[in-house]
Amino acid sequence: MALATTRRAPASSFIGSVWRSTVGKKAVMAVTGLIMLAYLVAHMLGNLKVFFGAGEFNHYGQWIRTIGEPFLHHEWFLWIARVGLTVSVGLHGVAAYQLSRRDLAARPAKYVRKRARASYATRTMRWGGVILGLFIVWHILDLTTLTVNPNAQEGHPYENLVASFGRWYVDVFYIAAMLALGLHIRHGFWSAAQTLGANSPRRDRAFKIVANALAALLTCGFIAIPIGVMTGVVS
Amino acid sequence: MNLTLRIWRQRTADASGGSGSMVTYEVTGISPDMSFLEMLDHLNEELILRGEEPVAFDHDCREGICGACGMVINGQAHGPERTTTCQLHMRHFDDGDVVDVEPWRAGAFPVVKDLVVDRSAFDRIIGAGGYVSVPTGSAPDAHATPVPKPVADLAFEHAECIGCGACVAACPNGSAMLFTSAKVVHLNVLPQGAPERESRVLGMVGAMDAEGFGGCTNTGECAVACPKGIPLSAIGRMNREYLRAATRPR
Repeated sequence: MALATTRRAPASSFIGSVWRSTVGKKAVMAVTGLIMLAYLVAHMLGNLKVFFGAGEFNHYGQWIRTIGEPFLHHEWFLWIARVGLTVSVGLHGVAAYQLSRRDLAARPAKYVRKRARASYATRTMRWGGVILGLFIVWHILDLTTLTVNPNAQEGHPYENLVASFGRWYVDVFYIAAMLALGLHIRHGFWSAAQTLGANSPRRDRAFKIVANALAALLTCGFIAIPIGVMTGVVS
Repeated sequence: MNLTLRIWRQRTADASGGSGSMVTYEVTGISPDMSFLEMLDHLNEELILRGEEPVAFDHDCREGICGACGMVINGQAHGPERTTTCQLHMRHFDDGDVVDVEPWRAGAFPVVKDLVVDRSAFDRIIGAGGYVSVPTGSAPDAHATPVPKPVADLAFEHAECIGCGACVAACPNGSAMLFTSAKVVHLNVLPQGAPERESRVLGMVGAMDAEGFGGCTNTGECAVACPKGIPLSAIGRMNREYLRAATRPR
């Protein structure tokens, strides 16, 4: 039998073939994950203005709506960011769901003798991701749409935030979600570097250090806010 | 030394693994110098004398270079040492130990009988691009295609893969990424592999997915289990090759 000497034209489009492949789908997860991570760094740094009082925090909240003016209309930047983040969360979640289904189906018969496998952060990626997804829904209902906020004053994010974190169970859920976020980023950032082919034996250690630093920074930065409210530093 | 073995016994091929079970055997008179496979031979001789069906397992060279043998011993592919099952010696076990022996578990590696699994999925991945096309004729001059030493070393590090399937057996997702990446990196870094650089990685990843292996979650279990020390970075290199090939205009 002779080998084929011409190559068939690819049957599907670039996006289709990448999405169907496990490697391509992981790349989609890596890129959307990095987009969300970049947003979280900005979000955390902006939120820390809560420690400078209501005036500065509420002014920051107003400024977000004016980014890009006069090139962009009022609030357009905000909506572009919201659409971008929603698409990222959606693609990340759908890809994770499809890959997880595939991964679980790839071993129909389990081992009789089980062994502890992988680090805690690696093992909790799936359920941690589900927790973070639920947290995002609640977080938007609480502080964006104000549907479940006890204060619910439009244009007064500082007062809404203080009112929300005045409830102990909200603080507990928030802190738990931020710990889940830290674990997710600890494995996720390094994993994204590996998936996108940016990692190498020489860079491996650096990527792991940056992943741990980002995880610690974001978790501590976000948790500082409910702790500030609970201790009365922010009121 | 004496051991209690619990071995997966399965008469016929059955994808779900439902028709088999763990059967307990007391094995006596084991020498610490026996390899794990010689210990199983020792058990089988006794089973044959008793008129029972011997335990079926794959093996060939018995010197750790062919990749034919492989079983999950106490939850670890190829057992507690970083080597193939044939090169695992009984001195790494203690007298009176209870040792669980199971076949590779993956949907793409159906059990044929007892500890024997069908690994032809690997052959189909190789068939999808794990080769270089060379013109036939007399052998080329040794210095006709210069290969820098670091590149040759990198290629050789990945060429060490013997295709035993321990990476798939150890991966919580039953993923063949370490195997496939070892083969892709081995050929893609060499000038001889350059003409098929893109079609190789796209074809082999496509074949790997089509066989029903799971995806990579960067758990790293594969590289720990690999008896040949294929590094986890191979997967990162293949990802780079894949994304490069997929994004190139065609």
